[in-house]
Amino acid sequence: MLALLTRDLRLAMRAGGGFGLGLAFFLLVAVLVPLGVGPEGAVLAKIAPGILWVGALLACLLSLDRLFALDFEDGSLDLLATAPIPLEGVVAVKSLAHWLVTGVPLVLVAPVLGVLLNLPVAGYGWLVVSLALGTPALSVIGAFGAALVVGVKRGGLLLSLLVLPLYVPTLIFGAEVVKRGAGGLAVGTPLALLAGITLAAAALLPFASAAALRVNLR
Amino acid sequence: MELRVHDLAVARGGITVLEGLSFSLGAGAALVLRGPNGVGKTTLLRTLAGLQPAVAGRLSLEPEEMAYAAHADGIKAVLTVEENLRFWAAVSGQGAVEAALGAMNLADLRHRRAAHLSAGQKRRLGLARLLVTGRKLWLLDEPTVSLDAASVVLFGQVVRQHLAAGGAALMASHVDLGIGEAAVLDLAPYRATRSAVQAGGFDEAFV
Amino acid sequence: MSIWEYANPKKFMQSSAAVLPWVAGLSALCLVTGLVWGFFLTPDDYRQGSTVKIIYLHVPSAMMAINAWAMMLVASLIWLVRRHHVSALAAKAAAPVGLTMTVIALVTGALWGQPMWGTWWAWDPRLTSFLILTLFYFGYIALWQAVEDPDTAADLTAVLCLVGSVFAVLSRYAVLFWNQGLHQGASLSLDKKENVADVFWLPLVVCIAGFVLLFLTLVLVRTRTEVRARRLAALLARERLA
Repeated sequence: MLALLTRDLRLAMRAGGGFGLGLAFFLLVAVLVPLGVGPEGAVLAKIAPGILWVGALLACLLSLDRLFALDFEDGSLDLLATAPIPLEGVVAVKSLAHWLVTGVPLVLVAPVLGVLLNLPVAGYGWLVVSLALGTPALSVIGAFGAALVVGVKRGGLLLSLLVLPLYVPTLIFGAEVVKRGAGGLAVGTPLALLAGITLAAAALLPFASAAALRVNLR
Repeated sequence: MELRVHDLAVARGGITVLEGLSFSLGAGAALVLRGPNGVGKTTLLRTLAGLQPAVAGRLSLEPEEMAYAAHADGIKAVLTVEENLRFWAAVSGQGAVEAALGAMNLADLRHRRAAHLSAGQKRRLGLARLLVTGRKLWLLDEPTVSLDAASVVLFGQVVRQHLAAGGAALMASHVDLGIGEAAVLDLAPYRATRSAVQAGGFDEAFV
Repeated sequence: MSIWEYANPKKFMQSSAAVLPWVAGLSALCLVTGLVWGFFLTPDDYRQGSTVKIIYLHVPSAMMAINAWAMMLVASLIWLVRRHHVSALAAKAAAPVGLTMTVIALVTGALWGQPMWGTWWAWDPRLTSFLILTLFYFGYIALWQAVEDPDTAADLTAVLCLVGSVFAVLSRYAVLFWNQGLHQGASLSLDKKENVADVFWLPLVVCIAGFVLLFLTLVLVRTRTEVRARRLAALLARERLA
């Protein structure tokens, strides 16, 4: 399991793409939105939590189609499925690797982009906390979508169509935490619900993903 | 360890391709599967490896005792030869990486990235992976594709060592693998007939 | 005799052929009765005028939009557990019907909302949930179309339907939370149940029955088409092999 994690991280570092691409996309969103909406600080401050969360979500989506597809194409997935580690574990570890490569950098740069979007000071802490709690769910749910479409040629668009509706609860609670935090309100409820979704998704979805992978390998 | 297959039927894409297949393979034995393209060699190997369900029949060996090697070797181009092999060794909980590198004559290439290997060298790396799985029964799909004559001999030696150590090998191939003592099983007689399509195929209920 | 015998494609084709004309006829009868009664024989609402009559399309289609998904969920479960092909094909057949119902509910809702609220669209929790439901239908149908092998597609869509159902329910509550958390209370409540008088209620029930039967008719017809398509594919495959 640990070997799989280190291999996936190493692959992400060497191939380069997964690491920088999502971050660059996130940055682009944070730059393009003010250009489209206008430079008024009050307006930007109001929409900053939502924009940052939507940006993080789309950046996460960007690298998902490679999660299983590369292993499927070169035969690694066949071999992993016959290896002595459970396929559910493979899914969980690969989701974790995806989160470390995509989610964690997003969490770290989010405050910087918050400055660009004029996020109120009180919101920064909650932005980091909500993204840190919510992005694992994005990776796990995304892995489920990636497992469904692994056998489909050019499944990227289909993957977005399948995964984005599943992201709705995470997005709502995550953005709500930042909104309330920025407005100085209590964030306990949405934060607990966000954490609940992440934990439940991480605990249950790998089983569904592994089932989908087995069907696709058949 | 013994693989026993009794009255097995396998299907590809909802159509039964092989039926009534029975054979057994004990420790120290090798069996070569022959038959024309599309007869179901790969399908049979994938079924035995537990990647797809059998339509009918019994298997006496759990998929956990098998190591499967397909057309695709599962090699990551950006990792070096040694990193690729160490990964599969770790996944299988084994450590015989050095021996495997030596056996497939890859020791000199260990720090080269797999992207820069020739097709035959990649194939050798894929076969070296079998050695680090530590599993008894090898299921090999066209193992000698793109290997040169010297490497085919090398492959023969490795398989013989594996057999001598109590392993077994089931190989699908069109060409001579250079393992003279291996028994040969021609799959053509087991090709599913029209009546069997009705009885065993997944879509029979619709006809 | 077990109920599962009807899951055999041949048996299903026989029994559905026998049932179909009755279901279709009854559906037409209910729809014509309910809609004529509702549109022409009920008084105008004292507050909403004749706009209220769109309720006879809006409420039944909205109910069927959700019930269609529930039916797909049950059919998917049956497929996963018992591997009856008809079950998977029925789920596949129901999805576009459910999507159409969702779209009808959204469009009639917009037509109703415009004169009542002065806007075609509002991010009301209920409206938003329906929009999200549309997305789920799109994803489900797209997955069926993208996967070539029919059994693989049936398995994958069934898993998607199970997971999607959980997330659809989650989304419903998340959306409730989101709107109440952000805006004032539900000023645009669509819950008309308490102010629907008997004179509107009876034709509405007839319309709902008509929509249920219409859904049943469409799903039966579409499932029969799917079964025939699979039968054709199986025959062609056998032809190739022989």
